Amino acid sequence: MKTIRASIIGFGAVGQGVAKVLLGKSEYLRSIGIDMKVVAIADSRTSVIDPHGVDLASAISRKKDTGTVGSETVSGTEIIRTVDHELVIETTPTNIETGGVGLVNMMTAFERGMDVVTSNKGPLALKYGDVMEAAKKSGSNCRFEATVGGAMPVINLACDVLAGNRIISMEGIFNGTCNYILSRMMEEQAPYEQMLAEAQELGIAEKDPSYDVEGIDTASKLVIVANSIFGMNASYKDVTVTGITRITPEALSLANADGFAIKLIGEVNDSRINVAPKLVPLSHPLAVGGTLNVFSVQTDLAGPITITGRGAGSIETASAILSDIIGIYKI
Amino acid sequence: MRVSMDLELKDIPGQLVLALKPVSEFKGNLISVVHHHEKKTPRGKIPVHLVFEIKSDHLDNIISLLEESGISVVSVDEKRYLEHGAVILIGHIVHTDIKDTIDKIDNTGYAEIVDLNLAMPRVNRPSSASLKIDAVSKQHMSAAIELLKSIAREKDLLVIEPIGVN
Repeated sequence: MKTIRASIIGFGAVGQGVAKVLLGKSEYLRSIGIDMKVVAIADSRTSVIDPHGVDLASAISRKKDTGTVGSETVSGTEIIRTVDHELVIETTPTNIETGGVGLVNMMTAFERGMDVVTSNKGPLALKYGDVMEAAKKSGSNCRFEATVGGAMPVINLACDVLAGNRIISMEGIFNGTCNYILSRMMEEQAPYEQMLAEAQELGIAEKDPSYDVEGIDTASKLVIVANSIFGMNASYKDVTVTGITRITPEALSLANADGFAIKLIGEVNDSRINVAPKLVPLSHPLAVGGTLNVFSVQTDLAGPITITGRGAGSIETASAILSDIIGIYKI
Repeated sequence: MRVSMDLELKDIPGQLVLALKPVSEFKGNLISVVHHHEKKTPRGKIPVHLVFEIKSDHLDNIISLLEESGISVVSVDEKRYLEHGAVILIGHIVHTDIKDTIDKIDNTGYAEIVDLNLAMPRVNRPSSASLKIDAVSKQHMSAAIELLKSIAREKDLLVIEPIGVN
Protein backbone atom coordinates (compact mmCIF):
# COMPACT_ATOMS: atom_id res chain seq x y z
CA MET A 1 0.00 0.00 0.00
CA LYS A 2 1.31 3.42 -1.01
CA THR A 3 0.05 6.45 0.93
CA ILE A 4 -0.42 9.45 -1.33
CA ARG A 5 -0.83 12.78 0.41
CA ALA A 6 -2.74 15.20 -1.79
CA SER A 7 -4.07 18.74 -1.76
CA ILE A 8 -7.15 19.92 -3.63
CA ILE A 9 -6.49 23.48 -4.73
CA GLY A 10 -9.72 25.05 -5.97
CA PHE A 11 -12.95 23.86 -4.39
CA GLY A 12 -15.65 24.79 -6.89
CA ALA A 13 -17.77 22.25 -8.77
CA VAL A 14 -14.76 20.22 -9.98
CA GLY A 15 -12.84 20.29 -6.67
CA GLN A 16 -15.92 19.16 -4.76
CA GLY A 17 -16.55 16.48 -7.38
CA VAL A 18 -13.02 15.19 -6.78
CA ALA A 19 -13.63 15.08 -3.01
CA LYS A 20 -16.87 13.13 -3.55
CA VAL A 21 -15.22 10.69 -5.94
CA LEU A 22 -12.22 10.13 -3.64
CA LEU A 23 -14.65 9.43 -0.78
CA GLY A 24 -16.75 7.03 -2.82
CA LYS A 25 -13.77 5.24 -4.37
CA SER A 26 -11.45 5.02 -1.34
CA GLU A 27 -12.10 1.27 -0.92
CA TYR A 28 -11.40 0.65 -4.57
CA LEU A 29 -8.24 2.77 -4.49
CA ARG A 30 -6.96 0.80 -1.50
CA SER A 31 -7.70 -2.44 -3.37
CA ILE A 32 -5.27 -1.34 -6.09
CA GLY A 33 -2.65 -0.25 -3.57
CA ILE A 34 -3.36 3.48 -3.31
CA ASP A 35 -4.17 5.02 0.06
CA MET A 36 -5.29 8.58 -0.76
CA LYS A 37 -5.03 11.10 2.05
CA VAL A 38 -6.15 14.66 1.33
CA VAL A 39 -4.07 16.82 3.67
CA ALA A 40 -5.29 20.24 2.52
CA ILE A 41 -8.12 21.86 0.58
CA ALA A 42 -8.21 25.50 -0.53
CA ASP A 43 -10.93 27.56 -2.15
CA SER A 44 -10.46 31.13 -3.35
CA ARG A 45 -10.69 32.62 0.15
CA THR A 46 -10.17 29.94 2.81
CA SER A 47 -8.51 26.61 3.43
CA VAL A 48 -8.42 23.60 5.71
CA ILE A 49 -5.18 21.79 6.51
CA ASP A 50 -4.77 18.53 8.43
CA PRO A 51 -1.62 16.40 8.06
CA HIS A 52 -3.61 13.40 9.34
CA GLY A 53 -6.17 13.76 6.57
CA VAL A 54 -9.01 16.21 6.05
CA ASP A 55 -12.50 14.78 6.63
CA LEU A 56 -13.80 15.08 3.06
CA ALA A 57 -17.49 14.62 3.91
CA SER A 58 -17.52 17.49 6.37
CA ALA A 59 -15.44 19.67 4.02
CA ILE A 60 -18.06 19.18 1.30
CA SER A 61 -20.98 19.97 3.62
CA ARG A 62 -19.18 22.97 5.14
CA LYS A 63 -18.60 24.36 1.65
CA LYS A 64 -22.26 23.78 0.82
CA ASP A 65 -23.56 25.41 4.01
CA THR A 66 -21.20 28.34 4.46
CA GLY A 67 -19.75 28.86 1.00
CA THR A 68 -16.21 28.38 2.33
CA VAL A 69 -14.23 25.23 2.89
CA GLY A 70 -12.37 26.13 6.10
CA SER A 71 -11.42 28.69 8.68
CA GLU A 72 -7.81 29.27 7.74
CA THR A 73 -6.70 31.87 5.22
CA VAL A 74 -3.59 30.13 3.93
CA SER A 75 -3.71 30.37 0.11
CA GLY A 76 -3.53 27.40 -2.23
CA THR A 77 -0.09 28.43 -3.44
CA GLU A 78 1.08 28.75 0.17
CA ILE A 79 -0.22 25.24 0.92
CA ILE A 80 1.76 23.84 -2.01
CA ARG A 81 4.82 25.65 -0.74
CA THR A 82 4.58 24.70 2.93
CA VAL A 83 2.50 21.56 3.52
CA ASP A 84 4.27 18.24 2.94
CA HIS A 85 2.49 16.18 0.26
CA GLU A 86 3.12 14.42 -3.03
CA LEU A 87 0.19 15.35 -5.27
CA VAL A 88 -1.46 18.65 -6.10
CA ILE A 89 -4.97 18.33 -7.57
CA GLU A 90 -5.26 21.69 -9.29
CA THR A 91 -8.90 22.59 -9.97
CA THR A 92 -8.87 26.39 -9.87
CA PRO A 93 -10.86 28.19 -12.59
CA THR A 94 -9.29 28.69 -16.02
CA ASN A 95 -7.77 32.05 -16.81
CA ILE A 96 -6.93 32.15 -20.49
CA GLU A 97 -5.27 35.60 -20.47
CA THR A 98 -2.49 34.98 -17.95
CA GLY A 99 -2.84 31.37 -16.80
CA GLY A 100 -3.87 32.85 -13.45
CA VAL A 101 -3.18 31.34 -10.07
CA GLY A 102 -3.31 27.86 -11.65
CA LEU A 103 -0.04 28.49 -13.49
CA VAL A 104 1.64 29.73 -10.29
CA ASN A 105 0.34 26.70 -8.39
CA MET A 106 1.60 24.23 -10.96
CA MET A 107 5.03 25.81 -11.26
CA THR A 108 5.36 25.95 -7.46
CA ALA A 109 4.43 22.26 -7.23
CA PHE A 110 7.07 21.33 -9.79
CA GLU A 111 9.71 23.39 -7.98
CA ARG A 112 9.07 21.18 -4.97
CA GLY A 113 9.11 17.98 -7.03
CA MET A 114 5.40 17.30 -6.56
CA ASP A 115 3.05 15.66 -9.07
CA VAL A 116 0.15 17.63 -10.55
CA VAL A 117 -3.22 16.46 -11.87
CA THR A 118 -5.28 19.34 -13.22
CA SER A 119 -8.54 20.33 -14.88
CA ASN A 120 -7.29 23.87 -15.48
CA LYS A 121 -6.88 24.67 -19.18
CA GLY A 122 -5.29 28.12 -18.85
CA PRO A 123 -1.71 27.20 -17.89
CA LEU A 124 -1.49 24.45 -20.52
CA ALA A 125 -3.14 26.41 -23.33
CA LEU A 126 -0.78 29.34 -22.71
CA LYS A 127 2.49 27.82 -21.54
CA TYR A 128 2.41 24.13 -22.40
CA GLY A 129 6.12 23.99 -23.19
CA ASP A 130 7.21 25.79 -20.01
CA VAL A 131 4.91 23.69 -17.81
CA MET A 132 6.11 20.39 -19.23
CA GLU A 133 9.73 21.48 -19.10
CA ALA A 134 9.38 22.38 -15.41
CA ALA A 135 7.69 19.03 -14.67
CA LYS A 136 10.41 17.14 -16.50
CA LYS A 137 13.20 19.01 -14.76
CA SER A 138 11.91 18.08 -11.32
CA GLY A 139 10.91 14.54 -12.29
CA SER A 140 7.26 15.34 -11.57
CA ASN A 141 4.24 13.82 -13.26
CA CYS A 142 1.81 16.24 -14.89
CA ARG A 143 -1.52 14.84 -16.05
CA PHE A 144 -4.38 16.84 -17.52
CA GLU A 145 -7.00 14.51 -19.03
CA ALA A 146 -9.73 16.60 -17.35
CA THR A 147 -8.81 19.71 -19.33
CA VAL A 148 -10.20 18.31 -22.59
CA GLY A 149 -13.62 16.79 -23.02
CA GLY A 150 -14.57 16.22 -19.36
CA ALA A 151 -15.34 12.55 -18.89
CA MET A 152 -14.28 11.57 -22.43
CA PRO A 153 -10.82 10.02 -22.62
CA VAL A 154 -9.00 12.18 -25.17
CA ILE A 155 -5.37 12.67 -24.17
CA ASN A 156 -4.93 9.28 -22.52
CA LEU A 157 -6.76 7.55 -25.38
CA ALA A 158 -4.42 9.00 -27.96
CA CYS A 159 -1.22 8.78 -25.91
CA ASP A 160 -1.66 5.49 -24.04
CA VAL A 161 -4.46 3.33 -25.41
CA LEU A 162 -3.65 4.01 -29.08
CA ALA A 163 0.10 3.93 -28.47
CA GLY A 164 1.98 3.08 -31.67
CA ASN A 165 -0.63 4.70 -33.89
CA ARG A 166 0.13 7.98 -35.58
CA ILE A 167 -2.75 10.37 -34.97
CA ILE A 168 -3.37 12.04 -38.33
CA SER A 169 -6.18 14.39 -37.38
CA MET A 170 -8.79 15.02 -34.74
CA GLU A 171 -12.12 16.78 -34.99
CA GLY A 172 -15.09 17.06 -32.71
CA ILE A 173 -17.43 18.97 -30.47
CA PHE A 174 -15.56 20.02 -27.32
CA ASN A 175 -18.08 22.44 -25.80
CA GLY A 176 -21.41 21.25 -24.42
CA THR A 177 -22.81 24.77 -23.98
CA CYS A 178 -22.52 25.55 -27.69
CA ASN A 179 -23.86 22.14 -28.63
CA TYR A 180 -26.87 22.66 -26.37
CA ILE A 181 -27.65 26.13 -27.77
CA LEU A 182 -27.34 25.01 -31.41
CA SER A 183 -29.38 21.83 -30.84
CA ARG A 184 -32.14 23.80 -29.11
CA MET A 185 -32.17 26.56 -31.75
CA MET A 186 -32.81 23.88 -34.35
CA GLU A 187 -35.52 22.14 -32.31
CA GLU A 188 -37.40 25.30 -31.40
CA GLN A 189 -36.61 27.38 -34.48
CA ALA A 190 -35.68 30.04 -31.97
CA PRO A 191 -33.04 32.77 -32.18
CA TYR A 192 -29.64 32.47 -30.54
CA GLU A 193 -30.38 35.01 -27.77
CA GLN A 194 -33.46 33.09 -26.61
CA MET A 195 -31.71 29.71 -26.39
CA LEU A 196 -28.69 31.28 -24.72
CA ALA A 197 -31.08 32.65 -22.06
CA GLU A 198 -32.58 29.19 -21.62
CA ALA A 199 -29.11 27.64 -21.26
CA GLN A 200 -28.20 30.27 -18.65
CA GLU A 201 -31.42 29.55 -16.76
CA LEU A 202 -30.50 25.85 -16.66
CA GLY A 203 -26.94 26.56 -15.54
CA ILE A 204 -25.56 25.17 -18.82
CA ALA A 205 -24.20 28.59 -19.86
CA GLU A 206 -22.36 31.10 -17.66
CA LYS A 207 -23.71 34.61 -17.00
CA ASP A 208 -20.90 35.86 -19.23
CA PRO A 209 -21.10 33.19 -21.94
CA SER A 210 -18.39 34.62 -24.20
CA TYR A 211 -15.78 32.07 -23.15
CA ASP A 212 -17.99 29.25 -24.48
CA VAL A 213 -19.95 30.82 -27.35
CA GLU A 214 -17.01 32.70 -28.89
CA GLY A 215 -15.16 29.41 -29.20
CA ILE A 216 -12.41 30.36 -26.71
CA ASP A 217 -12.99 27.26 -24.56
CA THR A 218 -12.85 24.95 -27.58
CA ALA A 219 -9.72 26.72 -28.85
CA SER A 220 -7.92 26.26 -25.49
CA LYS A 221 -8.71 22.56 -25.51
CA LEU A 222 -7.43 22.24 -29.08
CA VAL A 223 -4.15 23.89 -28.12
CA ILE A 224 -3.68 21.29 -25.38
CA VAL A 225 -4.51 18.51 -27.87
CA ALA A 226 -2.17 19.99 -30.49
CA ASN A 227 0.71 20.14 -28.02
CA SER A 228 0.22 16.88 -26.19
CA ILE A 229 -0.98 14.62 -29.00
CA PHE A 230 0.39 16.23 -32.15
CA GLY A 231 3.67 17.35 -30.58
CA MET A 232 3.20 20.93 -31.76
CA ASN A 233 4.48 23.96 -29.94
CA ALA A 234 1.23 25.87 -30.31
CA SER A 235 -0.38 28.52 -28.18
CA TYR A 236 -3.82 30.06 -28.14
CA LYS A 237 -2.91 32.69 -30.73
CA ASP A 238 -2.24 29.97 -33.33
CA VAL A 239 -5.91 28.97 -33.43
CA THR A 240 -8.35 30.47 -35.93
CA VAL A 241 -11.60 30.87 -34.03
CA THR A 242 -15.19 31.56 -35.10
CA GLY A 243 -17.93 31.24 -32.49
CA ILE A 244 -21.65 30.54 -32.77
CA THR A 245 -23.13 33.97 -32.00
CA ARG A 246 -23.98 34.73 -35.64
CA ILE A 247 -25.85 31.49 -36.32
CA THR A 248 -29.50 32.04 -37.21
CA PRO A 249 -32.44 29.64 -36.85
CA GLU A 250 -33.00 30.06 -40.62
CA ALA A 251 -29.47 28.79 -41.29
CA LEU A 252 -30.14 25.75 -39.12
CA SER A 253 -33.38 25.01 -41.04
CA LEU A 254 -31.77 25.43 -44.44
CA ALA A 255 -28.94 23.12 -43.36
CA ASN A 256 -31.40 20.61 -41.97
CA ALA A 257 -33.34 20.60 -45.26
CA ASP A 258 -30.08 19.60 -46.98
CA GLY A 259 -29.42 16.85 -44.41
CA PHE A 260 -26.97 18.73 -42.18
CA ALA A 261 -26.74 19.92 -38.60
CA ILE A 262 -24.62 22.95 -37.70
CA LYS A 263 -22.11 22.22 -34.93
CA LEU A 264 -19.19 24.12 -33.45
CA ILE A 265 -16.34 21.89 -34.59
CA GLY A 266 -12.78 22.00 -33.37
CA GLU A 267 -10.18 20.38 -35.61
CA VAL A 268 -6.48 19.74 -35.35
CA ASN A 269 -4.18 18.30 -37.97
CA ASP A 270 -0.52 18.75 -38.87
CA SER A 271 -1.12 22.06 -40.58
CA ARG A 272 -3.82 23.83 -38.63
CA ILE A 273 -5.87 24.32 -35.49
CA ASN A 274 -9.31 25.65 -36.25
CA VAL A 275 -12.61 26.28 -34.45
CA ALA A 276 -15.66 27.12 -36.56
CA PRO A 277 -19.30 26.21 -37.04
CA LYS A 278 -19.46 23.47 -39.65
CA LEU A 279 -22.10 21.47 -41.52
CA VAL A 280 -22.22 17.92 -40.18
CA PRO A 281 -24.31 15.31 -42.05
CA LEU A 282 -27.21 14.27 -39.80
CA SER A 283 -26.15 10.63 -40.01
CA HIS A 284 -22.49 11.40 -39.16
CA PRO A 285 -21.10 10.14 -35.83
CA LEU A 286 -20.21 13.73 -34.86
CA ALA A 287 -23.87 14.83 -35.10
CA VAL A 288 -24.66 14.36 -31.41
CA GLY A 289 -27.20 16.60 -29.67
CA GLY A 290 -27.83 18.18 -26.28
CA THR A 291 -24.80 18.98 -24.16
CA LEU A 292 -22.83 15.94 -25.37
CA ASN A 293 -19.26 16.19 -26.54
CA VAL A 294 -17.80 13.96 -29.25
CA PHE A 295 -14.58 13.60 -31.17
CA SER A 296 -13.05 11.45 -33.88
CA VAL A 297 -9.38 10.70 -34.32
CA GLN A 298 -7.97 9.46 -37.60
CA THR A 299 -5.13 7.04 -36.97
CA ASP A 300 -2.75 5.33 -39.37
CA LEU A 301 -3.32 1.79 -38.06
CA ALA A 302 -6.65 1.74 -36.25
CA GLY A 303 -8.48 3.96 -38.75
CA PRO A 304 -11.12 6.33 -37.39
CA ILE A 305 -12.14 6.11 -33.73
CA THR A 306 -15.04 8.11 -32.35
CA ILE A 307 -15.83 8.71 -28.69
CA THR A 308 -18.83 10.54 -27.31
CA GLY A 309 -19.63 11.46 -23.73
CA ARG A 310 -20.28 14.15 -21.20
CA GLY A 311 -17.89 17.02 -21.68
CA ALA A 312 -18.51 18.77 -18.37
CA GLY A 313 -20.04 18.32 -14.95
CA SER A 314 -18.45 17.98 -11.56
CA ILE A 315 -18.44 14.18 -11.16
CA GLU A 316 -17.70 13.59 -14.84
CA THR A 317 -14.64 15.85 -14.73
CA ALA A 318 -13.59 14.25 -11.44
CA SER A 319 -13.72 10.90 -13.22
CA ALA A 320 -10.99 12.09 -15.58
CA ILE A 321 -8.94 13.39 -12.64
CA LEU A 322 -9.29 10.06 -10.82
CA SER A 323 -8.10 8.15 -13.88
CA ASP A 324 -5.03 10.40 -14.04
CA ILE A 325 -4.29 9.81 -10.34
CA ILE A 326 -4.57 6.05 -10.81
CA GLY A 327 -2.43 6.32 -13.95
CA ILE A 328 0.38 7.87 -11.92
CA TYR A 329 0.27 5.77 -8.76
CA LYS A 330 -1.05 2.34 -9.67
CA ILE A 331 1.59 -0.24 -8.86
CA MET B 1 -14.58 15.19 -66.33
CA ARG B 2 -16.54 12.01 -66.69
CA VAL B 3 -17.69 11.00 -70.18
CA SER B 4 -20.30 8.45 -71.08
CA MET B 5 -20.12 7.36 -74.73
CA ASP B 6 -22.13 5.05 -77.01
CA LEU B 7 -20.19 3.50 -79.90
CA GLU B 8 -21.02 1.06 -82.65
CA LEU B 9 -18.34 -1.44 -83.70
CA LYS B 10 -18.05 -3.61 -86.79
CA ASP B 11 -18.55 -7.28 -85.98
CA ILE B 12 -14.97 -8.29 -86.77
CA PRO B 13 -12.10 -9.23 -84.42
CA GLY B 14 -9.98 -6.47 -82.83
CA GLN B 15 -12.60 -3.74 -82.84
CA LEU B 16 -12.96 -3.37 -79.07
CA VAL B 17 -9.21 -2.87 -78.62
CA LEU B 18 -9.32 -0.30 -81.40
CA ALA B 19 -12.12 1.53 -79.58
CA LEU B 20 -10.27 1.64 -76.24
CA LYS B 21 -6.89 2.66 -77.64
CA PRO B 22 -7.64 6.40 -78.06
CA VAL B 23 -8.91 6.62 -74.46
CA SER B 24 -5.70 5.09 -73.17
CA GLU B 25 -3.54 7.22 -75.50
CA PHE B 26 -4.90 10.40 -73.94
CA LYS B 27 -4.49 8.99 -70.44
CA GLY B 28 -8.18 8.52 -69.83
CA ASN B 29 -9.29 6.45 -66.87
CA LEU B 30 -11.77 3.76 -67.92
CA ILE B 31 -14.63 3.30 -65.48
CA SER B 32 -16.71 0.77 -67.37
CA VAL B 33 -17.01 -0.98 -70.74
CA VAL B 34 -20.21 -2.79 -71.67
CA HIS B 35 -20.05 -4.79 -74.88
CA HIS B 36 -23.53 -5.71 -76.17
CA HIS B 37 -22.58 -8.53 -78.52
CA GLU B 38 -26.07 -10.01 -78.37
CA LYS B 39 -27.83 -6.74 -79.28
CA LYS B 40 -26.76 -6.12 -82.87
CA THR B 41 -28.08 -2.98 -84.53
CA PRO B 42 -30.16 -3.24 -87.75
CA ARG B 43 -26.96 -2.35 -89.59
CA GLY B 44 -25.26 -5.41 -88.05
CA LYS B 45 -23.01 -3.40 -85.75
CA ILE B 46 -22.31 -4.06 -82.07
CA PRO B 47 -23.21 -1.38 -79.50
CA VAL B 48 -20.59 -0.60 -76.83
CA HIS B 49 -21.07 1.71 -73.88
CA LEU B 50 -17.95 3.34 -72.41
CA VAL B 51 -17.56 5.46 -69.30
CA PHE B 52 -14.22 7.13 -68.61
CA GLU B 53 -12.62 10.14 -66.94
CA ILE B 54 -10.51 12.43 -69.07
CA LYS B 55 -9.16 15.98 -69.13
CA SER B 56 -11.83 17.98 -70.95
CA ASP B 57 -9.51 19.30 -73.71
CA HIS B 58 -8.71 15.74 -74.85
CA LEU B 59 -12.28 14.66 -75.58
CA ASP B 60 -12.41 16.04 -79.14
CA ASN B 61 -9.15 14.26 -80.00
CA ILE B 62 -10.54 10.96 -78.78
CA ILE B 63 -13.70 11.37 -80.84
CA SER B 64 -11.72 12.16 -84.04
CA LEU B 65 -9.38 9.20 -83.49
CA LEU B 66 -12.36 6.87 -83.04
CA GLU B 67 -14.04 8.15 -86.19
CA GLU B 68 -10.78 7.88 -88.17
CA SER B 69 -10.58 4.20 -87.27
CA GLY B 70 -14.09 3.62 -88.60
CA ILE B 71 -15.91 3.45 -85.28
CA SER B 72 -19.25 5.28 -85.15
CA VAL B 73 -19.67 7.56 -82.15
CA VAL B 74 -23.42 7.54 -81.59
CA SER B 75 -23.68 9.72 -78.52
CA VAL B 76 -21.41 11.56 -76.07
CA ASP B 77 -22.60 12.65 -72.66
CA GLU B 78 -20.21 14.74 -70.64
CA LYS B 79 -20.55 15.17 -66.97
CA ARG B 80 -18.26 18.01 -66.12
CA TYR B 81 -18.92 18.32 -62.42
CA LEU B 82 -18.18 15.27 -60.32
CA GLU B 83 -18.29 16.97 -56.92
CA HIS B 84 -21.42 18.34 -55.30
CA GLY B 85 -21.17 20.42 -52.18
CA ALA B 86 -23.29 22.60 -49.94
CA VAL B 87 -22.46 25.59 -47.79
CA ILE B 88 -24.47 27.97 -45.64
CA LEU B 89 -23.98 31.73 -45.72
CA ILE B 90 -25.12 34.12 -42.98
CA GLY B 91 -25.08 37.92 -43.09
CA HIS B 92 -26.29 40.70 -45.36
CA ILE B 93 -26.08 38.42 -48.35
CA VAL B 94 -28.29 40.32 -50.78
CA HIS B 95 -27.12 43.83 -49.89
CA THR B 96 -23.49 42.88 -50.36
CA ASP B 97 -24.21 42.12 -54.04
CA ILE B 98 -25.28 38.53 -54.24
CA LYS B 99 -24.79 38.56 -58.02
CA ASP B 100 -21.13 39.43 -57.59
CA THR B 101 -20.68 36.63 -55.05
CA ILE B 102 -22.18 34.07 -57.42
CA ASP B 103 -20.35 35.42 -60.50
CA LYS B 104 -16.98 35.15 -58.78
CA ILE B 105 -17.52 31.43 -58.21
CA ASP B 106 -19.09 30.80 -61.63
CA ASN B 107 -16.22 32.64 -63.36
CA THR B 108 -13.61 30.27 -61.96
CA GLY B 109 -14.34 27.80 -64.74
CA TYR B 110 -14.03 24.90 -62.30
CA ALA B 111 -17.04 25.46 -60.05
CA GLU B 112 -20.56 26.82 -60.24
CA ILE B 113 -23.30 27.81 -57.83
CA VAL B 114 -26.18 25.62 -59.01
CA ASP B 115 -28.81 26.30 -56.35
CA LEU B 116 -29.55 28.97 -53.79
CA ASN B 117 -32.16 29.07 -51.05
CA LEU B 118 -32.52 32.34 -49.24
CA ALA B 119 -34.26 33.17 -45.97
CA MET B 120 -34.69 36.86 -45.11
CA PRO B 121 -36.53 37.04 -41.80
CA ARG B 122 -36.76 40.82 -41.36
CA VAL B 123 -35.26 44.02 -42.72
CA ASN B 124 -31.91 44.74 -41.03
CA ARG B 125 -31.67 41.20 -39.69
CA PRO B 126 -29.02 39.00 -41.23
CA SER B 127 -30.20 36.67 -44.00
CA SER B 128 -29.26 33.02 -44.31
CA ALA B 129 -28.73 31.10 -47.52
CA SER B 130 -27.90 27.59 -48.50
CA LEU B 131 -25.77 27.30 -51.62
CA LYS B 132 -25.17 24.21 -53.70
CA ILE B 133 -21.84 24.17 -55.46
CA ASP B 134 -20.77 21.82 -58.23
CA ALA B 135 -17.08 21.47 -58.95
CA VAL B 136 -14.86 19.54 -61.33
CA SER B 137 -13.02 17.62 -58.59
CA LYS B 138 -12.51 17.48 -54.82
CA GLN B 139 -9.54 19.83 -55.04
CA HIS B 140 -11.56 22.30 -57.07
CA MET B 141 -14.37 22.11 -54.52
CA SER B 142 -11.92 23.04 -51.75
CA ALA B 143 -10.59 25.86 -53.89
CA ALA B 144 -14.13 27.13 -54.60
CA ILE B 145 -14.99 27.11 -50.89
CA GLU B 146 -11.73 28.90 -50.04
CA LEU B 147 -12.58 31.53 -52.66
CA LEU B 148 -16.08 31.89 -51.21
CA LYS B 149 -14.57 32.34 -47.75
CA SER B 150 -12.28 35.11 -48.94
CA ILE B 151 -15.22 36.87 -50.65
CA ALA B 152 -17.18 36.43 -47.42
CA ARG B 153 -14.42 38.02 -45.36
CA GLU B 154 -14.60 41.16 -47.51
CA LYS B 155 -18.39 41.27 -47.24
CA ASP B 156 -18.54 40.29 -43.55
CA LEU B 157 -20.50 37.11 -44.24
CA LEU B 158 -20.11 33.89 -42.27
CA VAL B 159 -19.49 30.75 -44.36
CA ILE B 160 -20.38 27.43 -42.79
CA GLU B 161 -18.68 24.67 -44.74
CA PRO B 162 -19.10 20.92 -44.45
CA ILE B 163 -16.69 19.00 -42.21
CA GLY B 164 -13.80 17.25 -43.89
CA VAL B 165 -13.58 19.49 -46.97
CA ASN B 166 -9.89 20.24 -46.53
